[in-house]
Amino acid sequence: MSSDRTLPTRPFRDAPHDKRGALTPTLYRVIERIRETSDVTTLLLEPLDEPLMTYRCGQFNMLSSFGVGEIAISLSSAPSEPLLRHSVRDVGAVSHALCQRTVGDLVGVRGPFGSDWLVECDNDNAETDVRDTVVVAGGIGLAPLRGAVEELVRTSERGGGRVFVLVGAREPAQIVFTADHDSWEARGATVLVTVDRATPTWTGRVGLVTSLLADAGFDPEHSRAMLCGPEIMMRFTARALVDLGMNPEGILVSLERNMQCGVGWCGHCQLGPFLLCRDGPVVPYAGLVSHLLTQREL
Amino acid sequence: MTTGMRELVERHPFMAGVSEESLELVVGCARNVAFAPGSLLCAEGESADTFYLLRRGRVSVNVHAPGRGSIVIETVGPGDVVGWSWLVPPFRWTFDARAMDRVGCIAIDGACLRTKSLTDPSLGFELLSKVSVTLLARLQATRMRLLDLYGDQRVE
Repeated sequence: MSSDRTLPTRPFRDAPHDKRGALTPTLYRVIERIRETSDVTTLLLEPLDEPLMTYRCGQFNMLSSFGVGEIAISLSSAPSEPLLRHSVRDVGAVSHALCQRTVGDLVGVRGPFGSDWLVECDNDNAETDVRDTVVVAGGIGLAPLRGAVEELVRTSERGGGRVFVLVGAREPAQIVFTADHDSWEARGATVLVTVDRATPTWTGRVGLVTSLLADAGFDPEHSRAMLCGPEIMMRFTARALVDLGMNPEGILVSLERNMQCGVGWCGHCQLGPFLLCRDGPVVPYAGLVSHLLTQREL
Repeated sequence: MTTGMRELVERHPFMAGVSEESLELVVGCARNVAFAPGSLLCAEGESADTFYLLRRGRVSVNVHAPGRGSIVIETVGPGDVVGWSWLVPPFRWTFDARAMDRVGCIAIDGACLRTKSLTDPSLGFELLSKVSVTLLARLQATRMRLLDLYGDQRVE
């Protein structure tokens, strides 16, 4: 790790770790399996014994498919929901094995790890002029944000700030959590969806996710943003939000690297001075992170 | 020209920052129009003599492909601009633009603006600057979409 004294050491608060769950997988049983898209499967899990400690929106767990391997998967449930929810995109051997799990199967869970979207800290913002929250997700990037949106919508229903959920997907069949979109809209959130490639039956928007920003209806100067998706998408979205007048300090991004140990020991997930399994995945966009995301070599 | 039309043009985001003099010239070429859902604002191959400042509703930009029907390339909405083929020869639409719902917009006569720009280069410069911003944003967005950001990425 760099010894440059100008660099911040840790970008965020420490998230709690379950000492028991940090290095030894805890057994969870698949209670429900939802086929979200052709390559994304959601697993709803309940513990065989004592559950892992509660988590915060934006954190991740290490999921094991026994005999195959272990990968980091973000939590897509809200802490207030009874079951752990993980949405897995089938992109390799372990994720494929997890996507094949059926009801009753066992998976190993280590965690929860990493930083979070700070949605439980809304009371801390009571004295600020931040009112609305803009959530921008690309593809499966909505998974780490789903729990946060649930919490934000719940807070909004109780008189909190407005919630804007802007979703981009490759094509209509790749849009995840469509039932949640309807639920969030019914509870007062603004949900806008756009796709890169339209199909003949698609009657919605076509274009880049940043095209949703201008007419979403939020007040950029009094809003914060949470972004998750491909890094290029987050970079451009963050710049577009700043151009609209949003304070860069109010923009959080979720970064993905090769998380392996989950506790900042192995170093596989290093990004500059950060170990993203510990210091991320959710980090402030402003300052060092925005600089790191444009570096070709680190 | 009417005060009402002047206000409509002045309030449209595309015209933000345009000088008073240029605004007056643009208003002289503008009229208020509406399109029913499904109707065409412009059709591929036809003469491009108008561009539209969208006020209400959404418009899809389409191209027809044999065997695939009409493919939607992009959708635009209130505050956006439809069409820049009026600006450069051969002044011919390269895509269809179709109203997705009830659309209200300001139609601006491109030939009228071109003529005025020849006699008032500052108008031409302002318009070209404005169109360039829109063009650049669309080009960048198109490049991003070409990257297929959400496509398959084998990572494990």
